[in-house]
Amino acid sequence: MVVFDKPHALADVPLHYCPGCTHGIVHRLVAEAIDELEIEGRTVGVAPVGCAVMAYDYFTCDMIEAAHGRAPAVATGVKRSDPDNLIVFTYQGDGDLASIGTAETVHAAARNENITVIFINNAIYGMTGGQMAPTSLPGQVTQTSPYGRDVNACGYPVKICEMLSMLEGPEYLERVAVNNVKNVRKAKKAIRKAFQNQIDKKGFSLIEVISACPTNWGMTPSKALKWIDDNMIPYYPLGVYKDRSAGIIPGAKEEA
Amino acid sequence: MAEKVLMKGNEAIAEAAIIAGCRHYFGYPITPQTEIAAYMAKRMPKIGGTFLQAESEIAAINMVYGVSAAGKRVMTSSSSPGISLKSEGISYLAGADLPSVVVNCQRGGPGLGGIQPSQSDYFQATRGGGHGDYHMIVLAPASVQEMAELTIRGFELADEYRMTSMILADGTIGQMMEPVSFDFEIKEAPAKPWATTGTQMKREHNVVNSLYLVPDVLEVKNFERYEKYAQICEKEAVAEEYMLEDAEIVIAAFGIAARVARNAVNAARAEGIKVGLIRPITLWPFPVKTFQKALGTAKQFISVELSMGQMIEDVRLATECRVPVTLCNRAGGMIPSPDQVYEAIKAAAGKAGE
Amino acid sequence: MTRELLFAGFGGQGLLFSGKVIAYKGLIEDKNVSWLPSYGPEMRGGTANCSVIISDEPVGAPIISNPDVLVAMNLPSLDKYESEVKPGGSIFVDNSLIERKVQRTDVNVYYVPATRLAGENGAPTLANMILVGKLLQVFGEYDEELVRKALGKCISARHADLLDLNLKCMEIGRDYE
Repeated sequence: MVVFDKPHALADVPLHYCPGCTHGIVHRLVAEAIDELEIEGRTVGVAPVGCAVMAYDYFTCDMIEAAHGRAPAVATGVKRSDPDNLIVFTYQGDGDLASIGTAETVHAAARNENITVIFINNAIYGMTGGQMAPTSLPGQVTQTSPYGRDVNACGYPVKICEMLSMLEGPEYLERVAVNNVKNVRKAKKAIRKAFQNQIDKKGFSLIEVISACPTNWGMTPSKALKWIDDNMIPYYPLGVYKDRSAGIIPGAKEEA
Repeated sequence: MAEKVLMKGNEAIAEAAIIAGCRHYFGYPITPQTEIAAYMAKRMPKIGGTFLQAESEIAAINMVYGVSAAGKRVMTSSSSPGISLKSEGISYLAGADLPSVVVNCQRGGPGLGGIQPSQSDYFQATRGGGHGDYHMIVLAPASVQEMAELTIRGFELADEYRMTSMILADGTIGQMMEPVSFDFEIKEAPAKPWATTGTQMKREHNVVNSLYLVPDVLEVKNFERYEKYAQICEKEAVAEEYMLEDAEIVIAAFGIAARVARNAVNAARAEGIKVGLIRPITLWPFPVKTFQKALGTAKQFISVELSMGQMIEDVRLATECRVPVTLCNRAGGMIPSPDQVYEAIKAAAGKAGE
Repeated sequence: MTRELLFAGFGGQGLLFSGKVIAYKGLIEDKNVSWLPSYGPEMRGGTANCSVIISDEPVGAPIISNPDVLVAMNLPSLDKYESEVKPGGSIFVDNSLIERKVQRTDVNVYYVPATRLAGENGAPTLANMILVGKLLQVFGEYDEELVRKALGKCISARHADLLDLNLKCMEIGRDYE
């Protein structure tokens, strides 16, 4: 009896991620959604620059490696090439999506581009070795904020879900975390919904996943998961920021 | 033959792209090429194509990357400052061996420069422009008819060699109207088994990528690409030759500069000066053989350019510095007059006579 | 034969359009033609001009240094280009907008109060076409069928009603003595 199996959409290769990194969990959730919705044969994924740069080797669907921050633009091109058949997702980190690629992110959302964006927010640049990210918390010590993020000099973290929720364009924005079983289950549901929305041609869905980077946070994996509860989630509250079809539209509320 | 219509060069590019089967265009407004975007915005929705005004030139070229990865013919256009922004994406297209067509309707630079015609992006175009070892195929139209012809040729070459074709035009040819006929036979695009169109669960996944972290693997990729480039240099270089048979003075000029030079050559020939013109139509590959052939009679070359002298370096390389090469130029958006070129020819003839 | 024409005036006077009509007429007659506008910010409310070359030979440079024909619709244009017209060339002046006379004595000058005539005939924006009518008449090239065809190429079917008005203005120019 099989009690635990690898999703078909996840390639049978060792991942290069560090011990305790939550990328593996999110990869699996994406692959499970692709399997369950039976869309692997028509899905194209766009990998970022950052730790997930080699995600193109980890998913069995067709994959494209994009320039740093440009995944939403690349995904736009792919989607527009065959909008009725292809399912297109991007998988991006915080430096990629919320710093260098902010313009591409905002405008893909504004266009309600019918794509799915998986946004890994772990508040640090992982691949280059632990520099300050646009989402690093105030006071957070990183290689390029050695005395802690000084908001007077570096400004404040970018809260992507809150920011995008003010746009009329996007269909669905939710922030989830993957630091415990309950949160992983919620994340799974959100990611699946983000793909379902695309199948239903509802438009731009972005799932921000609060993730752990034990290596660059300088913590054990278990401490890192606790750090998410203690520090990340208070700053980045979990929940649905916009769900047009469900009537959750913060911008509209303001107007009324 | 199809009826000739009077059309702007920029519009001819757009129409030719549509004829070539391009159904996806991404752009960002910038003078003097905006007519291309305007034309596409009008036509694409009517033929089931996609026109999208991107949030930036950077986004536009990455949308091109996406469509090209998915196996479709796709184009973007801009003018000099915008091409600098696109250069990142063009390098990635080269690294992933993706075909595309990019139009540069050049204006004066550097920086914001001006909006008048220029040829000062020659180095950027012929040397690749972005980072890394790569080339684009660079086509230089000198008439509205050629704007159309070379756009179609650009799509064919891009697909054949899996490269970016750049149409290196300038503000004059983009803005001017001339009669143009769209009587073209279009070769069908080749099959693209590498494209990311979805596996349909029938094949291994395709990956479009320019990342090779293992240096000896990346080296092999680069060598392979340069073998392809060598073939292109051998097969695809094209130039127009004008009155070269007995030419002791040979003008080298492309695009709008060649049209000015042609007037001057005619005027000088009327005076009995043995002068001819080589007009490179492909700037990369540079038509080296045509220049070497001209060395049979040529005692001097004059490079006529709307820049501070960029192609002149390729003229010197092609002629192996065996005869003097001088520059006759204007820059910053100015265009040499036929008189200026004529005077340069006269000066050269004086020297040649000494 | 090659004829180089320069149309110059303010943006909005329809100079680019008149150049296009002349160029299309040349195309229909199977000549080589080029049409080159000035472009950019100068078009917005400033001066606008366009260069048209009609030739039996392939057109070389589309840029004109010394026009055979100058159509001047404002004073700055006449000031700027009068000296550049080839000796023996022609200058057409809208003298309802330009008060001074042409100084040159080695060119043929035609004064037409085009803007006033256009206003009087209910077509205040078509002074340009009155000058084009005059120009074609002067060169003995006013062929009504060709003119109508050329206009048809330049005016979209949506604005077909404008064709007759343009034609009327060209006739006013043709008949102006």
